Amino acid sequence: MTDFLRPATVEDALALMAAGGVVPLAGGTDLYPATQRRALPGLVLDVTGLPGLCGITTGPAGLRIGAATTWTALARATLPPALAALQQAAVEVGGIQIQNAGTIGGNLCNASPAADGVPPLLVLDTEVELVGHRGIRRLPLSQFLTGPRQTARQADELLTALHIPASALSGQSHFRKLGARAYLVISIAMVAVRLDLQAGRISHAALAVGACSATACRLPQVESALTGAPAAEAPALIRDADVAAALSPLDDLRATAAYRSGAAAELLRRSVATLCQPVPA
Amino acid sequence: MKIDLTLNGAPASLNAAPGLRLSEALREGLGLTGTKIGCDAGDCGACTVLLDGAPVCACLTPAARAHGRRLETVEADDATLNHLRDAFLRHGAAQCGICTPGMLMAGTALLRDNPAPSPDQARAALGGVLCRCTGYARIIAAICDAGPPPLEDAPSSGTVGSSPRRLDGAAKVAGDSFGADLWQQGGLIVRAIRSPHASARFHFGDLAGWAAKTGAQVFTAADIPGRNRFGAIPPFADQPALAETHIRQRGEAVALVAFEDDGSDPDLSGFPVIWDPLTPLTSALDAAAPDAPRLHEGRAGNLLIAGHVRRGDAAAVLAASAHVVEGTTRTGFVEHAYIEPEAGAAWMEGDCLVIRACTQAPVMDRDDTALVLGLPPGRVRIIPSAVGGGFGSKLDLSLQPLIGLVTLLTGRPSRMTYSRAESMASTTKRHPSQISGRIGCDAQGRITGMEMDGIFDTGAYASWGPTVANRVPVHASGPYCTPHYRAEARAIHTNNPTAGAFRGFGVPQAAIWQETLYDRLAEQAGLDRLEFRHLNALRDGQTTVTGQTLHSTGISQCLDALRPHWSRALAEAAAIPGRGVGIASCWYGCGNTALPNPSTIRIGLTGAGALMLHQGATDIGQGSNTVIAQIASKALGLPLSAVTLIGPDTHLTPDAGKTSASRQTFVTGRAALAAGAALRAEILRRLNMGDAARLSLDGATLVASEGRQTARLDLSTLPADARGYALSAEESYDPPTLPLDENGQGSPYALYGYGAQMVELAVDPALGTVRLLKITAAHDLGRAINPLLAQGQIEGGIAQGIGLALMEDYIPGRTENLHDYLIPTTGDIPPIESLLIEVPDPEGPFGARGLGEHVLIPTAPAILNAIRHATGAEVTTLPALPHRIRAAMQRAEK
Ligand SMILES: Cc1cc2nc3c(=O)[nH]c(=O)nc-3n(C[C@H](O)[C@H](O)[C@H](O)COP(=O)(O)OP(=O)(O)OC[C@H]3O[C@@H](n4cnc5c(N)ncnc54)[C@H](O)[C@@H]3O)c2cc1C
Ligand code: FES
Ligand code: FES
Repeated sequence: MTDFLRPATVEDALALMAAGGVVPLAGGTDLYPATQRRALPGLVLDVTGLPGLCGITTGPAGLRIGAATTWTALARATLPPALAALQQAAVEVGGIQIQNAGTIGGNLCNASPAADGVPPLLVLDTEVELVGHRGIRRLPLSQFLTGPRQTARQADELLTALHIPASALSGQSHFRKLGARAYLVISIAMVAVRLDLQAGRISHAALAVGACSATACRLPQVESALTGAPAAEAPALIRDADVAAALSPLDDLRATAAYRSGAAAELLRRSVATLCQPVPA
Repeated sequence: MKIDLTLNGAPASLNAAPGLRLSEALREGLGLTGTKIGCDAGDCGACTVLLDGAPVCACLTPAARAHGRRLETVEADDATLNHLRDAFLRHGAAQCGICTPGMLMAGTALLRDNPAPSPDQARAALGGVLCRCTGYARIIAAICDAGPPPLEDAPSSGTVGSSPRRLDGAAKVAGDSFGADLWQQGGLIVRAIRSPHASARFHFGDLAGWAAKTGAQVFTAADIPGRNRFGAIPPFADQPALAETHIRQRGEAVALVAFEDDGSDPDLSGFPVIWDPLTPLTSALDAAAPDAPRLHEGRAGNLLIAGHVRRGDAAAVLAASAHVVEGTTRTGFVEHAYIEPEAGAAWMEGDCLVIRACTQAPVMDRDDTALVLGLPPGRVRIIPSAVGGGFGSKLDLSLQPLIGLVTLLTGRPSRMTYSRAESMASTTKRHPSQISGRIGCDAQGRITGMEMDGIFDTGAYASWGPTVANRVPVHASGPYCTPHYRAEARAIHTNNPTAGAFRGFGVPQAAIWQETLYDRLAEQAGLDRLEFRHLNALRDGQTTVTGQTLHSTGISQCLDALRPHWSRALAEAAAIPGRGVGIASCWYGCGNTALPNPSTIRIGLTGAGALMLHQGATDIGQGSNTVIAQIASKALGLPLSAVTLIGPDTHLTPDAGKTSASRQTFVTGRAALAAGAALRAEILRRLNMGDAARLSLDGATLVASEGRQTARLDLSTLPADARGYALSAEESYDPPTLPLDENGQGSPYALYGYGAQMVELAVDPALGTVRLLKITAAHDLGRAINPLLAQGQIEGGIAQGIGLALMEDYIPGRTENLHDYLIPTTGDIPPIESLLIEVPDPEGPFGARGLGEHVLIPTAPAILNAIRHATGAEVTTLPALPHRIRAAMQRAEK
């Protein structure tokens, strides 16, 4: 019974995937809950042993995160403050058990509208690296996520890495998640904010909101309202109406649509305020 | 695939499909059943194991991933883990014990990194493991005190009033044996085919063809030899073990499929059943309409039952009252969410069908299973497994008749474990309620009268609906003197999940209505909210709404105990915006409502000097195994350490009734008291010693001494009595009650327990989120037989009350997992201070009253009252999710 493939190289993996019907497996924290069976059904390919899929490296072009890097590895890594939001998200994904197994690549490929990894990566202008037998391609994360549980990944492609351009490694970032309980909770709304501050003014702003639209998204209108603003005035510039205009939240079990967009605006204000706080001398 | 690993420090290998869940590989392949399965989805953490030292969910880990790695489970013999086990026992951190292995493993990983964690660090490390019993406080305390065990200065005597380690504790910290953990090899695995529709007709296609193709055996209602109808309350029995032609609720079983128990993973997707879905009745109001389709013959208007209590003339009095408030509250389905889904095994012993499963009511299981299977009760033996939480739902039959049927018809052992989704879809829930009415008081703030109408969605089948309908009107006054009263509770059938027993039998829902209205009434009367309650608290000699005159009432004492905390909290809250303080009380009658519910306890000394306690009260975590033994040992006068527990087991233990209605400490406790006392009297009579003699056991010799006088009895010389013992006694107790008349007047309970809780919280005004800061709980339990266990009950009940108030909402088909159905985690429970009030009740053993359900009742209304105090928001639909609080705040601002 060869229903569980563990190729040693990406090339081997692609060759196996070319045959079709192969499900990549990383942490399994999305795949196992999706089945009631005792074993994972179908033809499974374990990506966690593939070279280059785990770990974080920096180079002149920026930062590369292997797709199979776990949340725990992300949280423990020493990273620039621009990635603080991602690290804050990492310790709020599920509980420790989930963080030890679950991966950032799995989070993106699973493409839940409430995936906590997405907003922090959106504010980092992240590109995803997809490898198929036709070659390598890179896509902005926003284009990779095409809808709830839908991505631009072809069935025979692997997500191998995330690239964060050097230009996005500046500034500081912050993540906030709102849920109905303390741990192990799916977000009602979550936000990530990355700000560059120069001489008390915001020189660059990147804001993203998750769980309030089919896929998490950036808020260009709000970003431009913040750009150039004095830090102290920044939170007040985030207006509910502008945030609501960028989102298309749903009414569901966890919250009403109106509540969601109002909460997202409030979370954004708070994260911006946190980042704009004068650093105590 | 052959997987080589280091398992608990030693090399091991196992053969498993590489994609098999590691939890399955451990349990089924290696027989290591200490790793528990609560959800198979990463949501509960019960399956936590350490892979190269890091906690992971074994249910989400492919077996292949253990290859070449270090795996540790609760079966490990490791210093950190062993110290933690000891700390769990010292602190009373294991109640039912189903979460304990996961807690221990996650805790061990933390302690290796950080031997002296702070409570916050402990909470974060255990945030991925759910516990439904304890409220986490004792678990966190144990984690923070997990060094080498302290030298015991004086081991607890175990006497009444002390807190010895629970007698079943060692098993719990080793990974106890629950319903899914013991089975006979070479049998059958049973799975149920369940309806995805809430209302449907159905028929089968080619069952024989499907069976032939899959090698499975199929059983349907046509195979049931007895009466295909069961129910907790016999006159209302209406639930088929397997549906015959109609589906009345989602998740109802229509057929059983039995496969060889050889590790295969059958695919049931092609099972030949053809559904003809009908429009379901999903609201009690719609179902009560005269033209609504009827779920059950003979139940017009889909009314299962209505309970009433009438005293005086409430309408007239309210019309003339100085202050009257009126309001409606709504609550939804609440899932018990015990971490152990229903599970059990069956086998034949001669012509006796043995069923070992998790249950709260072994004798009721035996009798109802026997009826369904057409057997005399004596041919069914129920052996309760350790029970991984029950809270009311495991009072009802679940898989007992199903595995019983398969084993009876095939003669082969069988076993069945519900999936989380199956457990949630098919078992009972707390009744959704809509409660409306009015409460009035005079100008001085004395309650004049109350009118209450409650509509309870009882779902598809009767279950404990009649109990809810009867308990609610009796209790809806709260523990307050209410001279004029009219209350009605109607239980209406719908195609929703069957609503049954859940900690409090509808009283928590009624208390939400009454206690929130009390706050508004206090405000109108211009009285402090605590003092208003104190003024109206029932006192000795006053009568209840059923006309029962009370003695040894402890409610005003509970409020007295809260008063200093209340003033402090009010002063603190006044200084900080967004802070609120709330209070609510409870009372609750222990035992069945005006119906017999006897318990019997047997105790015996063997010829070898062993003291055997036949203890038939199932311990679902609440502690009966320990408390009943403490009572019996105290009454007998031999130390707790001498006691060996037998049972529960319907072949070995006399009937101690069901574990519900907060009755075990009281009712079975009284039986244990009587049995212990009877055995003592017999011993003293034989030795011709006086009442004050001290007894001890010296091997097979029983020694009685008083002053300089000593007498010995060599037990080995005595002939075995009819029960097989050298000496034994068996005693029963049934609480004295008086039936309720047509106006609900009578004395439905022999005793009541009382309590009041105070909640301090902060509301985030922009987000509507609630941060609980502290809960102070004063409960009059008459006498704390075991204070540690009592505190554990309080903390656990409060945790469930928090869930009810703030997050829990079961929606059929949408929240059938612990991902979407949220229960509190370690981070959701504030510090809890328990104040144990002891107003002895002459009827209770050593004065003790029940406590198990009381503790949940005040929490939710106290939280709502604190939210209103903080923000003005009146949340009347539960749970008080952030968006509902925000909306209520906006309404209050207008
Ligand atoms: C209890 C629990 C709590 C959770 N809490 C959160 C939470 O708070 N926030 C949150 O965002 N998520 C949460 N999740 C979801 C999940 O843990 C995360 O999405 C996680 O990051 C998924 O990663 P994984 O490696 O486990 O994915 P897997 O289950 O291994 O895979 C997920 C999907 O991605 C595909 N895939 C994985 N890796 C690759 C690859 N390299 N190339 C191509 N396809 C790939 C798989 O085929 C699959 O479709 C939770 C899950 C559980 C069980
Ligand atoms: S069984 Fe694995 S997390 Fe629940
Ligand atoms: S003791 Fe934790 S679930 Fe029962």
